[in-house]
Amino acid sequence: MNVVEANGLGKRYGRAWALRECTLDIPAGRVAALVGPNGAGKSTLLNLAVGLSVPSAGVVTVLGGRRAGSPAALDGIAFVAQDTPLYKNLSVADMIYVTRRLNRRFDQPYAQARLDDLGIPPKRKAGKLSGGQQAQLALTLALARRPRLLVLDEPVAMLDPVARHDFMATVLAAASADGVSVLLSSHVLTELERVASYLILLFRGRVQLAGDVDDLLAAHGQASLEELALAYLRETQTSEVTR
Amino acid sequence: MTAPTRAVRPDEDGASLRPLPWRRMAGVTWRQHRITLAGVAVLLGALAVWLWITGTPLHHASAAAAACHPASSPACQNLAGAFDASATSNVMGNKGPGGVLLQLMPALIGAFVGAPVLARELETGTFRYAWTQGFGRWRWALAKLILLAVVLAAATAAFGVLVSWYFQPYSSTGHQAPGLFETSPFGNLFGLREVTFPAWTLAAFATGALVGMLMRRVVPAIAATLAVYAGLAFATAGFLREHYLTPLVTASNSVGLPGTGTAWVISQWSTRDGRFAFAGSPPGSLVNQLCSSVPADKVGPLGFAPCLAQHGYTQWTSYQPAGRFWPFQWIEGGWLLALSALLIAATIWLVRRRAA
Repeated sequence: MNVVEANGLGKRYGRAWALRECTLDIPAGRVAALVGPNGAGKSTLLNLAVGLSVPSAGVVTVLGGRRAGSPAALDGIAFVAQDTPLYKNLSVADMIYVTRRLNRRFDQPYAQARLDDLGIPPKRKAGKLSGGQQAQLALTLALARRPRLLVLDEPVAMLDPVARHDFMATVLAAASADGVSVLLSSHVLTELERVASYLILLFRGRVQLAGDVDDLLAAHGQASLEELALAYLRETQTSEVTR
Repeated sequence: MTAPTRAVRPDEDGASLRPLPWRRMAGVTWRQHRITLAGVAVLLGALAVWLWITGTPLHHASAAAAACHPASSPACQNLAGAFDASATSNVMGNKGPGGVLLQLMPALIGAFVGAPVLARELETGTFRYAWTQGFGRWRWALAKLILLAVVLAAATAAFGVLVSWYFQPYSSTGHQAPGLFETSPFGNLFGLREVTFPAWTLAAFATGALVGMLMRRVVPAIAATLAVYAGLAFATAGFLREHYLTPLVTASNSVGLPGTGTAWVISQWSTRDGRFAFAGSPPGSLVNQLCSSVPADKVGPLGFAPCLAQHGYTQWTSYQPAGRFWPFQWIEGGWLLALSALLIAATIWLVRRRAA
């Protein structure tokens, strides 16, 4: 099963295409990394996959053919948006309550145990938590929904190194222990080195490269994800200049 | 339901994917909006206390004057005068400080509760959280708006009962005999009674929700909502309301209408020999020509009407009788409710199709 399938997918804002002619199959059971410079169309692709926006062209389905944004799709996908939006004036306990009421499944013991481990007090307002704690709360709420696909948009961009490490450790634990498929975007390549097993390279609204990390590294003769992506991006820019 | 089912765990497809029950939104809405609703409760509570404190002596004065016999005795005249004085200088009248404040209430409540419902989510980015939960975004928006609308309607309807109680001495029957101050029920905070107060509040709330969805910023949305509401309220009070039902017309050369004092006079004009002569009060030239012989101290409450009547002028008055108060309440409440439903439907439509 593919967790995301895109066919000729495009999104236009006014006259500018943020994403165009995107055709992709992201297999289940992976940690898929969506990389590319700022403005490459990463958030656009993720918003389309979780059903927040509607395609201008093409189609996108999730979790084996469910229309993005349909009730069945929403049920199986948990999304942590950029800057981890939370209701700042609600307490941690209220955020748990609200998320539990808004979803079919919610693993309350898991959520409480994790927040205990993290030392996040349930009565504290979400807005009073540190950046790292807010990100962890948003991730905990998402994982407690027991999703089959976890989508993260630039999850660690605003975090300090320790918080980054803790956050990614949680994501990896969910992926390996619970078999959650993960799709995350980042422009920080080093962060993805350890975690990603599938790579999608976006540049100027187009998919440049997609495939298993090991296969891509072998095929392009690069030692690391970072080198591969950099080499590819440089090549693309050069070829555009010479053309 | 025919959700795609391949490679899906058995607990996640088919019948189990019925939409989540609507009641789940009650607690969600309460937790998110309890501070705003508490603010509304405090505001209306304080105003209710003020109405009660100022209304109670008014009721006592009215009852005392109406029960006094004989009505022509000096003691009764004093009681009537006391009521008339407090009734005419009423703080809750349309132009009294309390009345002005009360007339802002539907707009303030509607704008401050309605505009942020969606604008705050869009402004802070939390819509990315809310609209990707299993409940579904348009159902989430509809449930919130309906729940808040019902709570606001109930609170303002209760307050409207108190407003009607307050003005009850102004148009109660039996005042004619003691000569107590009377006024039309249309004239005193017509838009804040038990039907119209919730209706206007809902209209402001629904306007706020839609404007917030369009503008995506809380403060501009509140300002725009207040502006739209002000336009609607002034147009209604100034032009629309008097046309709800065709006014009655009476040929009368006096100010004496059926139900003197409590009718809402829409317009007055005069005719002569079946032709239109002038609108409102007679022009000065006509009075000088025909009625200059009437000594100034003989111009009574009827003005020059008796003199002009002698010269063949007929004065006409179109008016809405006080008995139409409730039909007017329901007409105004009805169209405002229909407007609110339309605005909420438009908001939900936008939520469904809005691209993030």
